[in-house]
Amino acid sequence: MIIFEKVTKIYPDGTVALDEATIKIEPKEFVSVVGHSGAGKTTLVKMLLAEEKPTSGRVFYESVDINRLRHVDIPKFRRKVGTVFQDFRLLPNKTVYENIAFAMEVSGRSEEEIKADVPHVLELVDLFNKAMNFPHELSGGEKQRVAIARAIVNQPDIIIADEPTGNLDPINTNEVVRILKKINDLGTTVILTTHNKGVIDSLGKRVITLEKGKVIRDDPTGKYVI
Amino acid sequence: MFWLSAKRVWRGGIQSFFRNGFVSLSSVIIMTITLFIISSVFILNGLLDFGVSQVKEKVDISVYFVTTASEEEVLDVKMSLEALPEVSKVDYISSDQALADFKEKNKGDELTLQALAQLDENPLGASLNIKAKDPSQYEGIADFLNSDSNELLSASSTKIIDSVNYSKNKLIITRASRILDSINTVGLALAILFIVISVVIVFNTIRLSIYMSRDEISVMHLVGASTKFIKGPFVVSGMVCGIISAFLVVTFFAISTYFVTKYYGNYLVGFDLFKYYMGNFFQILGVLFGSGILLGGLASYLAVHKYLKN
Repeated sequence: MIIFEKVTKIYPDGTVALDEATIKIEPKEFVSVVGHSGAGKTTLVKMLLAEEKPTSGRVFYESVDINRLRHVDIPKFRRKVGTVFQDFRLLPNKTVYENIAFAMEVSGRSEEEIKADVPHVLELVDLFNKAMNFPHELSGGEKQRVAIARAIVNQPDIIIADEPTGNLDPINTNEVVRILKKINDLGTTVILTTHNKGVIDSLGKRVITLEKGKVIRDDPTGKYVI
Repeated sequence: MFWLSAKRVWRGGIQSFFRNGFVSLSSVIIMTITLFIISSVFILNGLLDFGVSQVKEKVDISVYFVTTASEEEVLDVKMSLEALPEVSKVDYISSDQALADFKEKNKGDELTLQALAQLDENPLGASLNIKAKDPSQYEGIADFLNSDSNELLSASSTKIIDSVNYSKNKLIITRASRILDSINTVGLALAILFIVISVVIVFNTIRLSIYMSRDEISVMHLVGASTKFIKGPFVVSGMVCGIISAFLVVTFFAISTYFVTKYYGNYLVGFDLFKYYMGNFFQILGVLFGSGILLGGLASYLAVHKYLKN
Protein backbone atom coordinates (compact mmCIF):
# COMPACT_ATOMS: atom_id res chain seq x y z
CA MET A 1 0.00 0.00 0.00
CA ILE A 2 1.32 3.42 -1.03
CA ILE A 3 -0.07 6.54 0.61
CA PHE A 4 0.54 10.17 -0.27
CA GLU A 5 -0.81 12.14 2.67
CA LYS A 6 -1.48 15.83 1.98
CA VAL A 7 1.82 16.10 0.15
CA THR A 8 2.97 19.56 -0.86
CA LYS A 9 6.18 20.26 -2.73
CA ILE A 10 7.41 23.78 -3.31
CA TYR A 11 10.77 24.06 -5.10
CA PRO A 12 13.29 26.71 -3.99
CA ASP A 13 12.31 28.92 -6.93
CA GLY A 14 8.73 29.04 -5.64
CA THR A 15 7.20 26.58 -8.12
CA VAL A 16 4.41 24.58 -6.52
CA ALA A 17 4.78 21.07 -7.92
CA LEU A 18 2.31 19.33 -5.60
CA ASP A 19 -0.41 20.95 -3.54
CA GLU A 20 -1.81 18.88 -0.69
CA ALA A 21 -2.12 15.81 -2.88
CA THR A 22 -3.61 12.77 -1.16
CA ILE A 23 -3.46 9.47 -3.05
CA LYS A 24 -3.84 5.86 -1.92
CA ILE A 25 -2.61 3.01 -4.07
CA GLU A 26 -3.50 -0.58 -3.16
CA PRO A 27 -1.13 -3.50 -3.79
CA LYS A 28 -1.39 -5.05 -7.27
CA GLU A 29 -3.15 -2.00 -8.65
CA PHE A 30 -2.41 -0.52 -12.08
CA VAL A 31 -2.63 3.25 -11.72
CA SER A 32 -2.09 5.81 -14.44
CA VAL A 33 -1.22 9.38 -13.51
CA VAL A 34 -2.01 11.94 -16.18
CA GLY A 35 -1.73 15.68 -16.46
CA HIS A 36 -0.12 18.48 -18.45
CA SER A 37 3.60 19.04 -18.30
CA GLY A 38 4.39 20.62 -14.95
CA ALA A 39 1.30 19.14 -13.30
CA GLY A 40 3.50 17.34 -10.76
CA LYS A 41 3.70 13.80 -12.18
CA THR A 42 7.46 13.57 -12.11
CA THR A 43 7.67 15.08 -8.63
CA LEU A 44 5.28 12.40 -7.47
CA VAL A 45 7.55 9.72 -8.91
CA LYS A 46 10.68 11.27 -7.43
CA MET A 47 9.13 11.25 -3.97
CA LEU A 48 8.34 7.57 -4.26
CA LEU A 49 12.02 6.97 -5.06
CA ALA A 50 13.23 9.16 -2.18
CA GLU A 51 14.86 11.47 -4.68
CA GLU A 52 12.87 14.47 -3.44
CA LYS A 53 11.52 15.27 -0.01
CA PRO A 54 8.03 16.81 0.41
CA THR A 55 7.82 20.33 1.78
CA SER A 56 4.93 19.11 3.93
CA GLY A 57 2.91 15.91 4.19
CA ARG A 58 4.18 12.33 4.15
CA VAL A 59 4.72 9.48 1.70
CA PHE A 60 4.33 5.94 3.00
CA TYR A 61 5.18 2.61 1.51
CA GLU A 62 3.46 0.13 3.80
CA SER A 63 4.51 1.40 7.24
CA VAL A 64 7.71 3.07 6.04
CA ASP A 65 7.85 6.84 5.78
CA ILE A 66 9.95 6.99 2.60
CA ASN A 67 11.26 10.46 3.09
CA ARG A 68 12.49 9.74 6.58
CA LEU A 69 14.65 6.83 5.48
CA ARG A 70 18.24 7.01 6.60
CA HIS A 71 20.75 7.69 3.84
CA VAL A 72 22.15 4.16 3.99
CA ASP A 73 18.68 2.59 3.77
CA ILE A 74 17.68 4.40 0.58
CA PRO A 75 19.52 2.00 -1.80
CA LYS A 76 17.84 -0.98 -0.10
CA PHE A 77 14.44 0.64 -0.48
CA ARG A 78 15.05 1.43 -4.15
CA ARG A 79 15.70 -2.23 -4.85
CA LYS A 80 12.04 -2.88 -4.00
CA VAL A 81 10.98 -0.45 -6.70
CA GLY A 82 11.57 -1.03 -10.40
CA THR A 83 11.82 2.09 -12.55
CA VAL A 84 11.36 2.73 -16.25
CA PHE A 85 11.99 6.19 -17.73
CA GLN A 86 11.35 7.99 -20.97
CA ASP A 87 15.10 8.28 -21.62
CA PHE A 88 15.73 4.58 -20.79
CA ARG A 89 18.73 5.31 -18.51
CA LEU A 90 20.75 2.24 -19.37
CA LEU A 91 24.46 1.96 -18.54
CA PRO A 92 26.11 2.70 -21.89
CA ASN A 93 29.26 0.65 -21.27
CA LYS A 94 27.47 -2.52 -20.30
CA THR A 95 25.77 -5.02 -22.56
CA VAL A 96 22.06 -5.76 -22.33
CA TYR A 97 22.86 -8.81 -20.22
CA GLU A 98 25.18 -6.86 -17.91
CA ASN A 99 22.71 -4.00 -17.51
CA ILE A 100 20.16 -6.41 -16.14
CA ALA A 101 22.72 -8.39 -14.16
CA PHE A 102 23.91 -5.13 -12.58
CA ALA A 103 20.54 -4.59 -10.92
CA MET A 104 20.82 -8.06 -9.42
CA GLU A 105 24.46 -7.59 -8.40
CA VAL A 106 23.66 -4.47 -6.39
CA SER A 107 21.03 -6.45 -4.51
CA GLY A 108 23.70 -8.98 -3.58
CA ARG A 109 22.17 -11.84 -5.57
CA SER A 110 24.39 -14.83 -6.30
CA GLU A 111 26.00 -15.58 -9.65
CA GLU A 112 23.78 -18.66 -10.04
CA GLU A 113 20.62 -16.61 -9.56
CA ILE A 114 21.86 -14.07 -12.09
CA LYS A 115 22.62 -16.78 -14.64
CA ALA A 116 19.16 -18.23 -14.18
CA ASP A 117 17.05 -15.07 -14.00
CA VAL A 118 18.57 -12.75 -16.60
CA PRO A 119 17.86 -15.01 -19.61
CA HIS A 120 14.38 -15.55 -18.23
CA VAL A 121 13.46 -11.84 -18.16
CA LEU A 122 15.18 -11.31 -21.49
CA GLU A 123 12.81 -13.86 -22.94
CA LEU A 124 9.89 -12.15 -21.29
CA VAL A 125 10.68 -8.88 -23.11
CA ASP A 126 11.67 -10.79 -26.26
CA LEU A 127 15.32 -9.67 -26.34
CA PHE A 128 17.09 -12.94 -25.79
CA ASN A 129 19.08 -12.65 -29.00
CA LYS A 130 20.29 -9.12 -28.14
CA ALA A 131 21.83 -10.09 -24.80
CA MET A 132 25.39 -9.28 -25.86
CA ASN A 133 24.59 -6.00 -27.62
CA PHE A 134 25.40 -2.61 -26.16
CA PRO A 135 22.58 -0.06 -25.69
CA HIS A 136 23.76 2.11 -28.60
CA GLU A 137 23.17 -0.85 -30.91
CA LEU A 138 19.49 -1.08 -29.99
CA SER A 139 16.37 0.72 -31.21
CA GLY A 140 14.34 2.90 -28.83
CA GLY A 141 11.76 0.20 -28.29
CA GLU A 142 14.43 -2.39 -27.56
CA LYS A 143 16.15 -0.07 -25.09
CA GLN A 144 12.89 0.47 -23.27
CA ARG A 145 12.32 -3.27 -23.09
CA VAL A 146 15.80 -3.69 -21.58
CA ALA A 147 14.87 -1.04 -19.02
CA ILE A 148 11.69 -2.96 -18.21
CA ALA A 149 13.62 -6.21 -17.91
CA ARG A 150 16.02 -4.52 -15.54
CA ALA A 151 13.12 -3.09 -13.53
CA ILE A 152 11.42 -6.44 -13.04
CA VAL A 153 14.39 -8.75 -12.61
CA ASN A 154 14.54 -8.29 -8.83
CA GLN A 155 10.80 -9.02 -8.60
CA PRO A 156 10.01 -5.64 -7.06
CA ASP A 157 6.76 -4.83 -5.29
CA ILE A 158 6.21 -1.74 -7.41
CA ILE A 159 7.07 -0.72 -10.95
CA ILE A 160 7.16 3.00 -11.66
CA ALA A 161 7.04 3.87 -15.35
CA ASP A 162 7.59 7.60 -15.91
CA GLU A 163 6.49 8.44 -19.48
CA PRO A 164 7.90 5.13 -20.72
CA THR A 165 6.36 5.54 -24.17
CA GLY A 166 7.33 9.19 -24.67
CA ASN A 167 10.10 8.39 -27.14
CA LEU A 168 8.49 5.41 -28.86
CA ASP A 169 6.46 4.84 -32.01
CA PRO A 170 2.89 3.42 -31.75
CA ILE A 171 3.95 -0.20 -32.27
CA ASN A 172 6.63 -0.07 -29.59
CA THR A 173 4.26 1.87 -27.35
CA ASN A 174 1.68 -0.93 -27.55
CA GLU A 175 4.39 -3.49 -26.88
CA VAL A 176 5.61 -1.67 -23.75
CA VAL A 177 2.05 -1.26 -22.45
CA ARG A 178 1.34 -4.92 -23.10
CA ILE A 179 4.42 -5.92 -21.06
CA LEU A 180 3.49 -3.56 -18.21
CA LYS A 181 0.01 -5.07 -18.13
CA LYS A 182 1.45 -8.53 -18.04
CA ILE A 183 3.71 -7.57 -15.13
CA ASN A 184 0.67 -6.21 -13.31
CA ASP A 185 -1.26 -9.42 -14.00
CA LEU A 186 1.57 -11.33 -12.32
CA GLY A 187 0.95 -9.33 -9.13
CA THR A 188 3.16 -6.23 -9.22
CA THR A 189 1.82 -2.74 -8.53
CA VAL A 190 2.34 -0.55 -11.60
CA ILE A 191 2.33 3.25 -11.53
CA LEU A 192 2.37 4.75 -15.00
CA THR A 193 2.64 8.43 -15.85
CA THR A 194 1.85 9.36 -19.41
CA HIS A 195 0.61 11.93 -21.88
CA ASN A 196 -0.63 9.32 -24.28
CA LYS A 197 -4.42 9.34 -24.55
CA GLY A 198 -4.50 6.15 -26.57
CA VAL A 199 -2.56 4.24 -23.91
CA ILE A 200 -4.89 5.36 -21.11
CA ASP A 201 -8.05 4.66 -23.06
CA SER A 202 -6.90 1.19 -24.08
CA LEU A 203 -5.96 0.23 -20.51
CA GLY A 204 -9.30 0.78 -18.84
CA LYS A 205 -7.62 0.97 -15.42
CA ARG A 206 -7.62 3.55 -12.63
CA VAL A 207 -6.63 7.07 -13.73
CA ILE A 208 -5.55 9.91 -11.45
CA THR A 209 -5.54 13.34 -13.06
CA LEU A 210 -3.24 16.06 -11.70
CA GLU A 211 -3.52 19.74 -12.45
CA LYS A 212 -1.24 22.39 -10.96
CA GLY A 213 -0.19 19.94 -8.27
CA LYS A 214 -3.72 19.04 -7.18
CA VAL A 215 -5.58 15.78 -7.70
CA ILE A 216 -8.58 16.91 -9.71
CA ARG A 217 -9.98 13.53 -10.74
CA ASP A 218 -9.58 9.91 -9.63
CA ASP A 219 -11.59 7.42 -11.73
CA PRO A 220 -11.45 3.67 -11.02
CA THR A 221 -11.78 2.82 -14.72
CA GLY A 222 -10.93 6.11 -16.24
CA LYS A 223 -10.48 7.70 -19.60
CA TYR A 224 -8.00 10.39 -20.55
CA VAL A 225 -9.92 13.58 -19.81
CA ILE A 226 -8.11 16.88 -19.41
CA MET B 1 28.98 -11.58 0.63
CA PHE B 2 32.01 -9.34 1.06
CA TRP B 3 34.07 -11.36 -1.40
CA LEU B 4 31.25 -11.47 -3.90
CA SER B 5 30.93 -7.67 -3.79
CA ALA B 6 34.70 -7.22 -3.92
CA LYS B 7 34.88 -9.50 -6.94
CA ARG B 8 32.09 -7.59 -8.69
CA VAL B 9 33.66 -4.23 -7.91
CA TRP B 10 37.01 -5.36 -9.34
CA ARG B 11 35.47 -6.93 -12.39
CA GLY B 12 33.30 -3.86 -13.01
CA GLY B 13 36.26 -1.51 -12.57
CA ILE B 14 38.58 -3.37 -14.91
CA GLN B 15 35.83 -3.86 -17.47
CA SER B 16 34.86 -0.19 -17.50
CA PHE B 17 38.52 0.81 -17.73
CA PHE B 18 38.95 -1.13 -20.97
CA ARG B 19 35.55 -0.28 -22.40
CA ASN B 20 36.07 3.43 -21.82
CA GLY B 21 38.89 3.25 -24.38
CA PHE B 22 39.70 6.85 -25.17
CA VAL B 23 38.94 8.28 -21.76
CA SER B 24 41.10 5.64 -20.09
CA LEU B 25 43.85 6.19 -22.64
CA SER B 26 43.99 9.91 -21.91
CA SER B 27 44.08 9.25 -18.17
CA VAL B 28 46.91 6.76 -18.69
CA ILE B 29 48.87 9.25 -20.81
CA ILE B 30 48.56 12.02 -18.24
CA MET B 31 49.34 9.65 -15.38
CA THR B 32 52.37 8.30 -17.26
CA ILE B 33 53.69 11.83 -17.73
CA THR B 34 53.24 12.52 -14.02
CA LEU B 35 55.02 9.35 -12.98
CA PHE B 36 57.71 10.09 -15.57
CA ILE B 37 58.29 13.45 -13.90
CA ILE B 38 58.40 11.86 -10.45
CA SER B 39 60.98 9.29 -11.52
CA SER B 40 62.99 11.85 -13.47
CA VAL B 41 63.23 13.84 -10.28
CA PHE B 42 64.42 10.69 -8.55
CA ILE B 43 67.10 10.00 -11.17
CA LEU B 44 68.19 13.62 -11.52
CA ASN B 45 68.56 13.70 -7.78
CA GLY B 46 70.90 10.73 -8.04
CA LEU B 47 72.85 12.45 -10.79
CA LEU B 48 73.05 15.64 -8.77
CA ASP B 49 74.18 13.81 -5.65
CA PHE B 50 76.87 12.12 -7.70
CA GLY B 51 77.97 15.45 -9.18
CA VAL B 52 78.05 17.11 -5.80
CA SER B 53 80.08 14.29 -4.31
CA GLN B 54 82.46 14.46 -7.27
CA VAL B 55 83.04 18.16 -6.68
CA LYS B 56 83.36 17.62 -2.95
CA GLU B 57 85.92 14.95 -3.67
CA LYS B 58 87.97 17.39 -5.70
CA VAL B 59 87.99 20.04 -2.99
CA ASP B 60 90.55 19.60 -0.26
CA ILE B 61 93.28 21.42 1.64
CA SER B 62 96.87 20.45 1.90
CA VAL B 63 99.20 21.22 4.75
CA TYR B 64 102.90 21.30 3.94
CA PHE B 65 105.32 20.69 6.76
CA VAL B 66 108.80 22.04 7.14
CA THR B 67 111.49 19.57 6.11
CA THR B 68 112.76 19.37 9.65
CA ALA B 69 109.49 18.08 11.02
CA SER B 70 109.77 14.45 12.05
CA GLU B 71 107.37 11.82 10.80
CA GLU B 72 106.12 11.34 14.33
CA GLU B 73 105.24 15.02 14.67
CA VAL B 74 103.37 14.98 11.38
CA LEU B 75 101.45 11.87 12.38
CA ASP B 76 100.51 13.56 15.65
CA VAL B 77 98.99 16.43 13.69
CA LYS B 78 97.22 13.91 11.49
CA MET B 79 95.69 12.30 14.54
CA SER B 80 94.48 15.54 16.03
CA LEU B 81 93.03 16.51 12.64
CA GLU B 82 91.18 13.22 12.45
CA ALA B 83 89.71 13.94 15.83
CA LEU B 84 87.97 17.04 14.46
CA PRO B 85 84.30 16.36 13.72
CA GLU B 86 84.38 18.22 10.39
CA VAL B 87 87.14 16.07 8.94
CA SER B 88 86.22 13.04 6.89
CA LYS B 89 89.62 11.85 5.72
CA VAL B 90 93.31 12.73 6.14
CA ASP B 91 95.98 11.32 3.84
CA TYR B 92 99.63 11.38 4.86
CA ILE B 93 102.23 11.91 2.19
CA SER B 94 105.77 11.44 3.50
CA SER B 95 108.62 13.53 2.13
CA ASP B 96 110.00 10.46 0.31
CA GLN B 97 106.64 9.86 -1.28
CA ALA B 98 106.44 13.55 -2.22
CA LEU B 99 109.83 13.29 -3.91
CA ALA B 100 108.83 10.16 -5.78
CA ASP B 101 105.63 11.84 -6.90
CA PHE B 102 107.52 14.89 -8.01
CA LYS B 103 109.96 12.80 -10.03
CA GLU B 104 107.16 10.90 -11.65
CA LYS B 105 105.35 14.12 -12.54
CA ASN B 106 108.45 15.64 -14.12
CA LYS B 107 109.60 12.50 -15.84
CA GLY B 108 110.25 14.20 -19.16
CA ASP B 109 111.82 17.32 -17.71
CA GLU B 110 115.56 16.46 -17.61
CA LEU B 111 116.57 19.89 -16.43
CA THR B 112 114.47 19.80 -13.31
CA LEU B 113 115.53 16.28 -12.49
CA GLN B 114 119.17 17.20 -12.89
CA ALA B 115 118.71 20.21 -10.62
CA LEU B 116 117.05 17.96 -8.07
CA ALA B 117 119.94 15.49 -8.25
CA GLN B 118 122.35 18.34 -7.44
CA LEU B 119 120.76 18.74 -4.02
CA ASP B 120 122.11 16.69 -1.13
CA GLU B 121 118.87 16.26 0.64
CA ASN B 122 115.22 16.00 -0.14
CA PRO B 123 113.88 19.55 -0.44
CA LEU B 124 110.27 18.46 -0.12
CA GLY B 125 108.54 18.26 3.21
CA ALA B 126 105.82 15.85 4.23
CA SER B 127 102.25 16.93 3.71
CA LEU B 128 98.73 16.07 4.80
CA ASN B 129 95.79 16.06 2.47
CA ILE B 130 92.54 16.84 4.28
CA LYS B 131 88.99 16.27 3.12
CA ALA B 132 86.10 17.78 5.02
CA LYS B 133 82.67 16.23 5.26
CA ASP B 134 81.19 19.38 3.76
CA PRO B 135 82.91 22.08 1.69
CA SER B 136 81.70 24.80 4.05
CA GLN B 137 83.77 23.27 6.85
CA TYR B 138 87.19 23.99 5.35
CA GLU B 139 87.18 27.39 6.94
CA GLY B 140 87.13 25.86 10.43
CA ILE B 141 89.84 23.35 9.59
CA ALA B 142 92.02 26.09 8.14
CA ASP B 143 91.51 28.16 11.27
CA PHE B 144 92.68 25.24 13.37
CA LEU B 145 95.78 24.80 11.24
CA ASN B 146 96.65 28.47 11.48
CA SER B 147 96.19 28.60 15.23
CA ASP B 148 99.00 28.32 17.73
CA SER B 149 97.74 25.07 19.13
CA ASN B 150 100.37 22.97 20.92
CA GLU B 151 99.84 20.06 18.60
CA LEU B 152 101.18 22.16 15.76
CA LEU B 153 104.50 22.87 17.40
CA SER B 154 107.61 20.73 17.39
CA ALA B 155 109.41 19.59 20.53
CA SER B 156 111.48 22.75 20.40
CA SER B 157 108.33 24.86 20.16
CA THR B 158 108.92 25.97 16.59
CA LYS B 159 106.16 25.82 14.05
CA ILE B 160 106.28 22.69 11.98
CA ILE B 161 103.74 23.81 9.40
CA ASP B 162 105.28 25.45 6.41
CA SER B 163 102.15 26.45 4.56
CA VAL B 164 98.44 25.73 4.19
CA ASN B 165 97.07 26.09 0.71
CA TYR B 166 93.63 27.06 1.95
CA SER B 167 93.83 30.80 1.38
CA LYS B 168 94.80 30.09 -2.23
CA ASN B 169 91.78 27.87 -2.73
CA LYS B 170 89.50 29.79 -0.42
CA LEU B 171 87.57 31.59 -3.12
CA ILE B 172 87.02 28.44 -5.16
CA ILE B 173 86.00 26.43 -2.14
CA THR B 174 83.44 28.93 -0.82
CA ARG B 175 82.05 29.46 -4.30
CA ALA B 176 81.77 25.77 -4.93
CA SER B 177 80.03 25.19 -1.65
CA ARG B 178 77.59 28.03 -2.32
CA ILE B 179 76.81 26.77 -5.81
CA LEU B 180 76.24 23.24 -4.56
CA ASP B 181 73.89 24.56 -1.89
CA SER B 182 71.84 26.53 -4.36
CA ILE B 183 71.72 23.66 -6.85
CA ASN B 184 70.28 21.50 -4.08
CA THR B 185 67.70 24.08 -3.05
CA VAL B 186 66.62 25.00 -6.57
CA GLY B 187 66.53 21.35 -7.56
CA LEU B 188 64.29 20.47 -4.65
CA ALA B 189 61.98 23.43 -5.28
CA LEU B 190 61.67 22.58 -8.98
CA ALA B 191 61.03 18.94 -8.18
CA ILE B 192 58.24 19.82 -5.76
CA LEU B 193 56.76 22.31 -8.22
CA PHE B 194 56.72 19.80 -11.09
CA ILE B 195 55.26 17.07 -8.94
CA VAL B 196 52.50 19.34 -7.61
CA ILE B 197 51.57 20.56 -11.10
CA SER B 198 51.43 17.08 -12.55
CA VAL B 199 49.42 15.74 -9.62
CA VAL B 200 46.88 18.53 -10.12
CA ILE B 201 46.65 17.66 -13.82
CA VAL B 202 46.08 13.98 -13.03
CA PHE B 203 43.33 14.90 -10.58
CA ASN B 204 41.63 17.07 -13.16
CA THR B 205 41.86 14.50 -15.93
CA ILE B 206 40.33 11.82 -13.77
CA ARG B 207 37.67 14.21 -12.52
CA LEU B 208 36.80 15.03 -16.10
CA SER B 209 36.55 11.36 -17.03
CA ILE B 210 34.21 10.74 -14.13
CA TYR B 211 32.23 13.87 -14.94
CA MET B 212 31.42 12.17 -18.24
CA SER B 213 30.03 9.25 -16.26
CA ARG B 214 27.79 11.32 -14.03
CA ASP B 215 24.61 10.08 -15.73
CA GLU B 216 25.82 6.55 -15.26
CA ILE B 217 26.34 7.25 -11.57
CA SER B 218 22.78 8.53 -11.24
CA VAL B 219 21.43 5.42 -12.99
CA MET B 220 23.38 3.19 -10.60
CA HIS B 221 21.86 5.14 -7.75
CA LEU B 222 18.40 4.68 -9.13
CA VAL B 223 18.80 0.94 -9.52
CA GLY B 224 19.60 0.80 -5.83
CA ALA B 225 23.37 0.47 -5.86
CA SER B 226 24.93 1.38 -2.54
CA THR B 227 27.50 4.15 -2.39
CA LYS B 228 30.37 1.68 -2.04
CA PHE B 229 29.19 -0.34 -4.99
CA ILE B 230 29.14 2.78 -7.17
CA LYS B 231 32.47 4.19 -5.98
CA GLY B 232 34.30 0.87 -6.00
CA PRO B 233 34.60 0.28 -9.76
CA PHE B 234 35.68 3.88 -10.41
CA VAL B 235 38.38 3.61 -7.77
CA VAL B 236 39.51 0.31 -9.29
CA SER B 237 39.63 1.92 -12.76
CA GLY B 238 41.77 4.72 -11.36
CA MET B 239 44.10 2.21 -9.75
CA VAL B 240 44.38 0.19 -12.95
CA CYS B 241 45.32 3.42 -14.73
CA GLY B 242 48.04 3.98 -12.11
CA ILE B 243 49.36 0.43 -12.42
CA ILE B 244 49.58 0.55 -16.22
CA SER B 245 51.27 3.95 -16.16
CA ALA B 246 53.76 2.86 -13.51
CA PHE B 247 54.57 -0.23 -15.53
CA LEU B 248 55.14 1.87 -18.68
CA VAL B 249 57.42 4.31 -16.87
CA VAL B 250 59.44 1.61 -15.10
CA THR B 251 60.00 -0.19 -18.40
CA PHE B 252 60.79 3.00 -20.26
CA PHE B 253 63.44 4.00 -17.74
CA ALA B 254 64.99 0.53 -17.63
CA ILE B 255 65.44 0.59 -21.41
CA SER B 256 66.44 4.23 -21.75
CA THR B 257 68.96 4.24 -18.88
CA TYR B 258 70.54 1.11 -20.35
CA PHE B 259 71.02 2.69 -23.77
CA VAL B 260 72.00 6.11 -22.46
CA THR B 261 74.69 4.50 -20.30
CA LYS B 262 75.84 2.31 -23.17
CA TYR B 263 76.10 4.99 -25.86
CA TYR B 264 76.40 8.28 -23.98
CA GLY B 265 78.05 7.08 -20.76
CA ASN B 266 81.12 9.28 -21.48
CA TYR B 267 79.08 12.43 -21.06
CA LEU B 268 78.01 11.41 -17.59
CA VAL B 269 81.56 11.74 -16.17
CA GLY B 270 81.60 8.31 -14.62
CA PHE B 271 77.99 8.23 -13.42
CA ASP B 272 76.57 4.82 -14.30
CA LEU B 273 72.92 5.70 -14.89
CA PHE B 274 71.78 2.14 -15.53
CA LYS B 275 73.58 0.81 -12.48
CA TYR B 276 72.10 3.57 -10.38
CA TYR B 277 68.61 2.78 -11.73
CA MET B 278 68.99 -0.93 -11.14
CA GLY B 279 70.54 -0.32 -7.72
CA ASN B 280 67.46 1.66 -6.70
CA PHE B 281 65.04 -0.41 -8.79
CA PHE B 282 62.81 -1.64 -6.01
CA GLN B 283 62.69 1.75 -4.41
CA ILE B 284 61.69 3.37 -7.71
CA LEU B 285 59.25 0.55 -8.38
CA GLY B 286 57.65 1.09 -4.99
CA VAL B 287 57.44 4.85 -5.41
CA LEU B 288 55.95 4.62 -8.91
CA PHE B 289 53.42 1.89 -8.26
CA GLY B 290 52.58 3.38 -4.88
CA SER B 291 52.02 6.87 -6.19
CA GLY B 292 50.24 5.61 -9.33
CA ILE B 293 47.77 3.51 -7.39
CA LEU B 294 47.28 6.15 -4.72
CA LEU B 295 46.84 9.00 -7.19
CA GLY B 296 44.46 7.09 -9.45
CA GLY B 297 42.42 5.65 -6.62
CA LEU B 298 42.21 8.82 -4.57
CA ALA B 299 41.41 11.07 -7.52
CA SER B 300 38.59 8.74 -8.58
CA TYR B 301 37.25 8.41 -5.07
CA LEU B 302 37.06 12.14 -4.58
CA ALA B 303 35.58 12.74 -8.03
CA VAL B 304 32.78 10.18 -7.63
CA HIS B 305 32.13 11.40 -4.14
CA LYS B 306 31.07 14.71 -5.62
CA TYR B 307 28.26 13.09 -7.63
CA LEU B 308 27.03 11.00 -4.74
CA LYS B 309 26.34 13.77 -2.30
CA ASN B 310 22.59 13.95 -2.92
